Amino acid sequence: MSVRLHIVKAGPGLSLQDFGRPGYLASGLSRGGAMDPLALAEGAALMRMQAEEALAIEMAGAGGRFRAEGGDLLIALTGAPMQARLDGARLHWPGSYLLREGAELEIGGASAGSYGYLSVAGLDAPSILGARSAHLAGGIGGALSSGTRLDAQPAPNAGGLTLTAQDRFSGGLIRVLPSVQTDQFGDDARGRFEATEFRKDARASRMGARMAHDGDGFSQDAHLAILSEIIVPGDIQVIGDGAPFVLLPECQTMGGYPRIATVIAADLPRVAQAAPGTALRFRFVELEEALKARAAAARHRKALPDGVTPRIRDPHDIPDLLSYQLVGGVVSAKAEE
Amino acid sequence: MPRPEFPQVRRMGEASLLVSFDDALSMRANAAVLAFRAAVEAEAWDAVEETATSLKSVYLRFDPDRLDHATLEDRVCALLEARDWHEAGLPEGRRLWRIPAVLGGDHGPQLEEAAEMAGMTADAAIEAIAATRLRVLTIGFAPGLPYLGQLPDAFDIARKTELTPRVPKGGLGLAIRQMVMFPVETQTGWRWIGQAAFDGFRQGADAPFALKAGDEVQYRPVSVTEYEDAVAGLETGLDAMAEPLE
Repeated sequence: MSVRLHIVKAGPGLSLQDFGRPGYLASGLSRGGAMDPLALAEGAALMRMQAEEALAIEMAGAGGRFRAEGGDLLIALTGAPMQARLDGARLHWPGSYLLREGAELEIGGASAGSYGYLSVAGLDAPSILGARSAHLAGGIGGALSSGTRLDAQPAPNAGGLTLTAQDRFSGGLIRVLPSVQTDQFGDDARGRFEATEFRKDARASRMGARMAHDGDGFSQDAHLAILSEIIVPGDIQVIGDGAPFVLLPECQTMGGYPRIATVIAADLPRVAQAAPGTALRFRFVELEEALKARAAAARHRKALPDGVTPRIRDPHDIPDLLSYQLVGGVVSAKAEE
Repeated sequence: MPRPEFPQVRRMGEASLLVSFDDALSMRANAAVLAFRAAVEAEAWDAVEETATSLKSVYLRFDPDRLDHATLEDRVCALLEARDWHEAGLPEGRRLWRIPAVLGGDHGPQLEEAAEMAGMTADAAIEAIAATRLRVLTIGFAPGLPYLGQLPDAFDIARKTELTPRVPKGGLGLAIRQMVMFPVETQTGWRWIGQAAFDGFRQGADAPFALKAGDEVQYRPVSVTEYEDAVAGLETGLDAMAEPLE
């Protein structure tokens, strides 16, 4: 019998994600894929697997309860840090672990950011249009529900690794480039756009995130005259109520709202990962800076396997800490219970 | 603001260009778009990873690590100047689709309203729609969703301000001299005028997307029974609806 991951109890926003399926824009399908692709690469590095083949369970806001069936599984926890326990013992995030057959992994809410990732070595799902990720808006695959069992491979190693995760969970300054209608907004609106502190709206989804702010909207006169045009993840449309709306990996492919800017690829995961209410600001940069950031992100991703280290046991990880003889000659505290 | 010169080449973020042939929809600009995209595809430029079209623009996505913006912009401009793309003719390999559809009634509850706005009876509207060969102007918004145009001038009617919450798969919407055909159940502001026996996105198929921009579509009004039979036979019957276009 094959080794499987049993989703005993699914949180509300679980889906399988990989690096998406580029190349179908002409057919109306956006690339999709993980909201935080770096988390997939981190998961692969922690499991000593190839990042290109990464497939993980993306967890929006919170995870659920999971169990290994038919054998032991190798798992990695990356992305937005979530409260995780393995048979009651708290787990360090990010990290890789052996999920023994029958053991129960419980993943609660995120303490920062929005999207956590549960990678499982050898996780498999049918490929549709060259990728295994769900594209919820496009009707490919779907949300994972309680009771689902996913095929995986027997654990190739015992995990026990961690790495230092780049912080992309706390919003902050987002670099943008001009887009096709930026000129139509005028100097005043562009200046205000850079000076305003936005808050990520709670209704964000894999398709996009509205940026809430106090004060006037960013609408301009030409607003209604825009004919639907191709839009891609990162583009910032100014929607009907004057609020900027950042398009995310699962966005529609045509939009009729004007675009004030587009987020550079290196910073888009920061928008995706920001928790509801997190403060975000935007700053226009030159193309050169965007390309440097792009190259730096690629270098960082490539170097991940070298940055992985054995996890030093944190006292929190040790469930039966009180039964350890920490100091010779001292009576175990547990014995007094 | 002065009217920009077309075609217009603009940067869209760090890895895309948008080549626009107009800022409004015209069949002529759309034909140039389709011809120019085919030409870009034929050039097979290294590091250009994807092309697509909208109603009036060609989109190019490229790898900026291997190809810099200025070089690609030079190539695009040189190709633009190579000929008048409005006169280039539509690309080869296009198909004409004759698609059975129920227009009006329970399967198109807003047809009456659309016809009234177009200043004609429902029967006249059905006749006018069935008589028009529509071009797939572009595909987008949702996977496999075609924007079809153009209908006669009379159908230059606005979208509804209130959305219709659930139009089923195959539903036909009409507005601004265009029609859309929904590949999945959706909510929409387009007036729901009919129901087509069509599957625009077959996930498991070798060719999951039946339509391509530049194809033509003509709706064939049928009875509800014929429509239901056609829907039941879609798995094998879809390809039979298409014939090559010269």
